[in-house]
Amino acid sequence: MADVTNLRSPAEAGLSKLFETARQSFASDATIAREEAFRFFEATGLPSRRVEAFKYTDLRAAITEAAPPAEAPSLEAAKAAVAQATGFGGIEAARLTFVNGHLVRELSDLDSLPDGVRVVPLNEALTQGDAALKQLAPVPQARENPVYQLNTAFLADGAVIAVAPGAKPDRPVHLRFVGSGAAPFSTATRVLVQIGEEADFALLESHEGPDGLTCQPNDALDVVVGPRAAFRHTRLNKEGDATIALSTLSLKVEAEGQVETVNLVTGAVLSRHQIYVHVAGDDTNVVVNGAAMLRNGQLADSTLLADHAAVGGVGREQFKWIIDGDATGVFQGKIIVRQVAQKTDGKMKSDCLLLTDEGQMMNKPELEIFADDVACGHGATCGAPDPDLLFYLMARGLPRPVAESLLVQAFVGEAVESVTHEGARAALIGEIEAWLRARG
Amino acid sequence: MPAVQETIDRVRSIDLDQYKYGFETTIEMEKSEKGISEDVVRFISAKKNEPAWLLEWRLDAYRRWLTMKEPEWARVAYDKVDYNDIYYYAAPKRPAAMSLDEIDPEILKTYEKLGIPLREVEVLEGIAPERRVAVDAVFDSVSVATTFKKELSKAGVIFMPISEAVQEYPELVQKYLGSVVPATDNFFATLNSAVFSDGSFVYIPPGVRCPMELSTYFRINERDTGQFERTLIIADKGSYVSYLEGCTAPKRDDNQLHAAVVELVALDDAEIKYSTVQNWYPGDNDGKGGIYNFVTKRGDCRGARSKISWTQVETGSAITWKYPSCILRGDDSRGEFYSIAVSNGMQQVDSGTKMIHLGKNTTSRIISKGISAGRSQNTYRGLVSAHRKASNARNFTNCDSLLIGDQCGAHTVPYIESKNASAVFEHEATTSKISEEQKFYCQQRGLSEEEATALIVNGFVRDVLQQLPMEFAVEAQKLISISLEGSVG
Repeated sequence: MADVTNLRSPAEAGLSKLFETARQSFASDATIAREEAFRFFEATGLPSRRVEAFKYTDLRAAITEAAPPAEAPSLEAAKAAVAQATGFGGIEAARLTFVNGHLVRELSDLDSLPDGVRVVPLNEALTQGDAALKQLAPVPQARENPVYQLNTAFLADGAVIAVAPGAKPDRPVHLRFVGSGAAPFSTATRVLVQIGEEADFALLESHEGPDGLTCQPNDALDVVVGPRAAFRHTRLNKEGDATIALSTLSLKVEAEGQVETVNLVTGAVLSRHQIYVHVAGDDTNVVVNGAAMLRNGQLADSTLLADHAAVGGVGREQFKWIIDGDATGVFQGKIIVRQVAQKTDGKMKSDCLLLTDEGQMMNKPELEIFADDVACGHGATCGAPDPDLLFYLMARGLPRPVAESLLVQAFVGEAVESVTHEGARAALIGEIEAWLRARG
Repeated sequence: MPAVQETIDRVRSIDLDQYKYGFETTIEMEKSEKGISEDVVRFISAKKNEPAWLLEWRLDAYRRWLTMKEPEWARVAYDKVDYNDIYYYAAPKRPAAMSLDEIDPEILKTYEKLGIPLREVEVLEGIAPERRVAVDAVFDSVSVATTFKKELSKAGVIFMPISEAVQEYPELVQKYLGSVVPATDNFFATLNSAVFSDGSFVYIPPGVRCPMELSTYFRINERDTGQFERTLIIADKGSYVSYLEGCTAPKRDDNQLHAAVVELVALDDAEIKYSTVQNWYPGDNDGKGGIYNFVTKRGDCRGARSKISWTQVETGSAITWKYPSCILRGDDSRGEFYSIAVSNGMQQVDSGTKMIHLGKNTTSRIISKGISAGRSQNTYRGLVSAHRKASNARNFTNCDSLLIGDQCGAHTVPYIESKNASAVFEHEATTSKISEEQKFYCQQRGLSEEEATALIVNGFVRDVLQQLPMEFAVEAQKLISISLEGSVG
């Protein structure tokens, strides 16, 4: 028998060593099944392209070394890092600031939260046995994902956000994740959001860091949307150009729940955003949009699983890709409609503009349908900007780059225009414009 | 709509769970020893009196196969085949027939029952369909008859069993065999390379438009056998051929394996149109018996401006694992895939296509219609890829699924990979049930529910049926209605 450990990559072996060391410092709590999660991870290893779900994003090849968990930064260092962060900066919001994966209370608005919103740092919630923790990891399929399980195993910090039933907070909560420092490090955060019945909650989430910072954040957001509640989520991936950013959003939506989640990716050398949607109650409405604007050497992967297990769910998923230089876009979307989920109406679309011949786009939109009374569809397109449209604009005196920028902006804009929060929508449009200006 | 009425009548006239072609022909057969080994490979090769290079090619494939694992990525679940418990060669004992009169009358009767005209005279006298079709009839492991050979050879067309072509045109066979589907391609293709028995060989010389449609009719008859035919079609520069393929098998409680390989080569300006009506025994309503149809079909548009078009109507087989593909190598070449896959009972279908754009200005079109009924699972799996040099490649894909009943599943797994900015790919897929409004509309005009459903289904698959040659289109339409029988209401 060949020794299995011999086949492990140095990064996998390194992660095992890191876990051995880290497990001594973990508080002994039964809520987080770290050991089980790590055993799962050890059995699967870092997923390579031989694993169907990671066919286009080979983490085994990309992660060559296991970066140690980040230390909590000093307040000065944290302040300096946050000063550089601009994402959603102009929006009035209650901020929870994480620097290198650690919650910095001094830079967070824990004491001035909007009415109806309760925030408890994760470590406190664990010691106190917060009742909301029962809702951790609300989507079963996510628990079979090695990236998510790695997050569970190394979970270092995070928060529990509970929105009271019927609450309609006057401002959003902003999860501000900032990376800084020099040494390679990894982070593992988990934020659990529980939205009570009929509440309406907006969440902003930004991930930023300087170029050249070699770090491996692995962030997870678990959300349970109560009956007739609404969750509006705007997310910005703007890490530095040496970051390998992994993230998972697990959403459980109860009856008549409404969800709108929009993610814009402009940063990181490699990013993978995994979205799991579990439609648990009848008559829900879920909008999942994403846009990625990528340039040289970047790879962005959006992997979505929408599992309809209740009647009458409406799902709209729209992804837009701008690929410049030799960047790679990966979209894997799957809609499952279970036998009980009659009258499901699901539509998924992924459109890509390839600006150069060096770029590439991999689309894999899947449908898995077990109910007969449904209307589901998906579409995928890929191509260069329409020469007729370019000609039209250029004929009106616009130079080619300006004409191309206008087209790109209009194309990507479709994915972000569904953001209800005006400030958040303007912020994303601002990011799109900034990306185009930088392109020149 | 006369065609629709005909379909409905046909559905009515057939009892539930009746597979029309499920009879068995009793005939003395010669078989290889059971199981697979180098000796069996040598036995098959010796039976066909093959040259040394071909035996060596088979043995290489066999050795390679031993190291391979059966693929498990498809969305099908089945009891694995015991590869040592089947016969890899079975042929009627009577010596090879020189003319139709020498063919075992039992075999002739079989083909008569199947409605396949083997007697050219019948065709000429107008007994059989008006349009003339040359037929190669493959019975288990051997070809028993090939019609219109002489007339075809006048046009320079070579149409014969591949085992004969190996003897008569060894240089052509050696040049092209395995050049599209290499012996190492995949588990089933490699197995086929080791033990393939018969199949058709077609060569259309430069500039020739084949004067009639060619067809091969595959029949599995013997118990505990597998059929491993190999078809090789070469369309030389500027030629055209339309080729039809049909298949049936007796009703049995155990599963039988069919692992074929089809290779198409289209040189400059050539066109190959390949149509299949696959009607292998699908098993009974509880999933007992049926054919495992694990087939590798691939076309290579090797020349500039060449075209390969696959049209398939899949109604049979317990398990289907089949992805007729096109490699668009030549500049300005074109690939097409039109498919109707109907599944009922406990059938499982995992089928689709690959369009691999390598050359400049290549275009492809995929139209796939899946209809699931009963407790069946029907999956479309496809790949469209444009490589770096495939500038101005174009693809349009449309795959629609229709569900009849709430116990079945319809799935779509497309891969769309683009590495060239000027390539334009469009993909759309929908899944729906027959809308109540459409049905109501038809019923309001006096159609019964069954008639309304048949009408809507016919409309749903029309895009694909239009691509089939006339005889096949009619047959396919009937098959679809039979396959869906019992699923309405």
